[in-house]
Amino acid sequence: MNAHSPFDLDAATLVPTPDGVANLSRRRFLGVAAGALVLGVALPTGKARAQAEGAGAIAPKPGTRVPAFLEIRADGTVKLLSPFIEGGQGINTALAQIVGEELDVNPARFVVECAPPGPDYALVNGLRLTGGSFSTRSSYGAMRRLGATAREMLIRAAAAKLKVQDGELTTEDGKVVHAASGRSIGYGDLAGEALLLQPKDDVPLREPKTFRYIRQPVARLDVRDKSTGRAIYAIDQKVEGMLYAAVQHAAVLGTEPKALLNEADVKAMPGVHSVHRLPGAIAVAADTWWRARKAVEALKADWSAPAAQGVDTVSAEFSSETMLAALKASAEPGLPSETEGDADAAFAKAAKIIEADYDAPYLAHAQLEPPSSIARFNADGTLDLWVPNQMPELFQMIAGQTAGLTPDKVKIHSPLLGGFFGRHFMYGPANPFPQAILLAKATGRPVKVLWSREEEFLNDAVRPLSFSRFRAALDGAGNPTALEVRTVGEGPIGRWFGSIFKAPVDSSAVEGIVEKPYAIPNRKMAFAKLPHPVTIAFWRSVGHSMNDFFYESFLDEIADAGNKDPYAFRLALLKDKPRHLTLLKAVADLSGGWTRGPYEVDGVKRARGVAMASPFGSETATIAEASIEDGAARVHRLWIAIDPGSIVNPAIVKAQVESAAALGLSSALFEQVVYKDGVRQDRNYDSYKILARDHMPEVHVAIVESGAPMGGIGEPGLPGVPPAVANALAALTGERIRSLPIAKAKLSGA
Amino acid sequence: MYDVDVNGKVLKADAEPGTPLLWVLRDTLGMIGTKYGCGIAQCGACTVLIDGQATRSCQFPIEAVEQSKITTIEAITEDEVGRKVVEAWVAAQVPQCGYCQSGQVMAATALLKETPKPTDADISDAMSNLCRCGTYNAIAAAVRQAAA
Repeated sequence: MNAHSPFDLDAATLVPTPDGVANLSRRRFLGVAAGALVLGVALPTGKARAQAEGAGAIAPKPGTRVPAFLEIRADGTVKLLSPFIEGGQGINTALAQIVGEELDVNPARFVVECAPPGPDYALVNGLRLTGGSFSTRSSYGAMRRLGATAREMLIRAAAAKLKVQDGELTTEDGKVVHAASGRSIGYGDLAGEALLLQPKDDVPLREPKTFRYIRQPVARLDVRDKSTGRAIYAIDQKVEGMLYAAVQHAAVLGTEPKALLNEADVKAMPGVHSVHRLPGAIAVAADTWWRARKAVEALKADWSAPAAQGVDTVSAEFSSETMLAALKASAEPGLPSETEGDADAAFAKAAKIIEADYDAPYLAHAQLEPPSSIARFNADGTLDLWVPNQMPELFQMIAGQTAGLTPDKVKIHSPLLGGFFGRHFMYGPANPFPQAILLAKATGRPVKVLWSREEEFLNDAVRPLSFSRFRAALDGAGNPTALEVRTVGEGPIGRWFGSIFKAPVDSSAVEGIVEKPYAIPNRKMAFAKLPHPVTIAFWRSVGHSMNDFFYESFLDEIADAGNKDPYAFRLALLKDKPRHLTLLKAVADLSGGWTRGPYEVDGVKRARGVAMASPFGSETATIAEASIEDGAARVHRLWIAIDPGSIVNPAIVKAQVESAAALGLSSALFEQVVYKDGVRQDRNYDSYKILARDHMPEVHVAIVESGAPMGGIGEPGLPGVPPAVANALAALTGERIRSLPIAKAKLSGA
Repeated sequence: MYDVDVNGKVLKADAEPGTPLLWVLRDTLGMIGTKYGCGIAQCGACTVLIDGQATRSCQFPIEAVEQSKITTIEAITEDEVGRKVVEAWVAAQVPQCGYCQSGQVMAATALLKETPKPTDADISDAMSNLCRCGTYNAIAAAVRQAAA
């Protein structure tokens, strides 16, 4: 293949298919992602454990090898190689606080960078990923121990140098101090010797009551760079001799460019280097991205035809409507996702039965940074890849497959993410890096592929369109005796990690419907799988993003049916759940005391709604205040109480909760990816509306530290918002919103 | 070839007419602090000052620049108002992912140059850039602080 010939479509076999890692064997995936030899910590039973113990001695336990994480520099700064990827959630700062606390270095003197692939960083249950609101809670213990272990090594190195006993030494913000003689040595002058010492595995940790950095609102490390344009994202990377590439994807997912129709004309356009066919796309490489984009937009191809109809593939008749109809019509019995008591018997003797269908649309991530990647093949046979990602080892493996290299020949660079919200996992055709690899191979030059915003809206992986059918039985006093929920669809865990997480019911499809805390004695939840033909994604708070809206809205319907106040109703259902009761009362207090309304403010009626959620190991209680303006919802204030057990940085926690609340509100009010005739309809922010300043409410956050095991922070603020808003609107209008976004409904009653 | 006055220096840019100023800045001149978000002047990530006015550079063709003076985020702290805005951004810990913040800082600087004591309504009108992390309240607080 020479530099100017288009790709043969056989190249399609080199790139991941929509089946993604589901096609990989479990051993292979874990082997690269975590180092199969160290998985004993993650996989407590069976063969995997036996394997791990057999060979474990030759591989480090993740999070323990000091030099893999810390570089203590002569100038007193500390470089920390992070297992996680910073994308706005504040993890770099949190890690500096945790390690700095035990190491005894002010977090302000940390420089945190994402570590390259390697088994040392597999801290999320033996895997490495940035997601699931796992970062702080999964690494907190290991990072404290790492800091403490390194500090102890520095003390021993100082003892040898000063010819004193270890016990005579203490530390003081980056120095080892010998108080008796008044001598001290900076960590930077000890690091070389210290790192040669054998680490101890029983170094005591600080007493939490002596913490100086953990639990403090320490300033974020990246804020000045991000306020002055100096933060560098994937899109900003540049390498010597690089070509810029722009692509045009198939309008209908799964169709292919059969032939290019005006290749010669496009090659003659300014700056154009070459034109290409890629799996599911056509591409132009040029000397600037704008020239590449103009050229690829002028490039015409003959595309293969999609199937005529159906929802097995994205057919010519596929639409959001036909998909929702298919979910509703499914006769698949499904599998039980939660069963308690005897729901059938409770329904048989119910005084009242209510039912309702709920649905929520496909959603785009719409992160502000459009995705890009740079691939560079090096003379030594290696490949450098700059790629936005949430899982470096998996990207390394798939990049190797695409390039025809073993993973060790692929060097992954993981830049700051310009927002992610779940966007940068491995999503087959929704990742640009395989295109960069194929184009770098074809051109013999480093290539940066950047998707225009329009291509991103066309090809982003989406939060699945979702559907659940609810049914509740009430007794004569209006109390719920049974709840039945049938969920039909598909979740991203099943799609992308099905080979690892083999549970028959996909947790990412039913979370937020199961494991709710309310005392409804008889429960019968089921999940029927019906795959989507489109590329589905993790989206901030995943299944909770729609399921808590469904459940908490329906819970208000039950309260209404029993003539009960929704707040008092929840208190009653939680009377044996002290953690939830505390939180629910905390959010009521935060809002000045529960009141449902309607009440008038400046002559306009407002009302409040309440909702709870249990996402990612944390608990939240949310109250929303809304009114109706020209038939549309207006949310004025949100109050959110969050109990993540314990915290590291209260300022970052509050910022993340507010951020998640904004995204939850955006999804509730405005957002939907609509398919029609097999094609996504909205290609930019002009028609795919996201929350702007004019709809941002006041957000008040209270942190409740119950001391329960540490939960997540990045996602939990989201799920309570859509139902709290919908419940407030129902209090105003007397009508239920059962299909998102709210913008579809013409609201009245104010 | 165009002569462009960016941050007080006249630079030569090889581009066809119709090329957005954004891409001249980023790819031709290597000034990557100005961000590409949407390309249709919806999100504001590409905001620069053209003769002091906040302008979405993704929809501003290079041939329209002419003799105008362009200020980008790279020179923001050389401006007295810009410096105050940056300090307020840091004090209020505004950025999360940070990708939109170059544009937000430029928009805030333009606002405060024009209206040193903005009302909340002025802030709402002028600060229309999108932020997917939802930092809008922190942005408003920082603008008020910079104006104080």
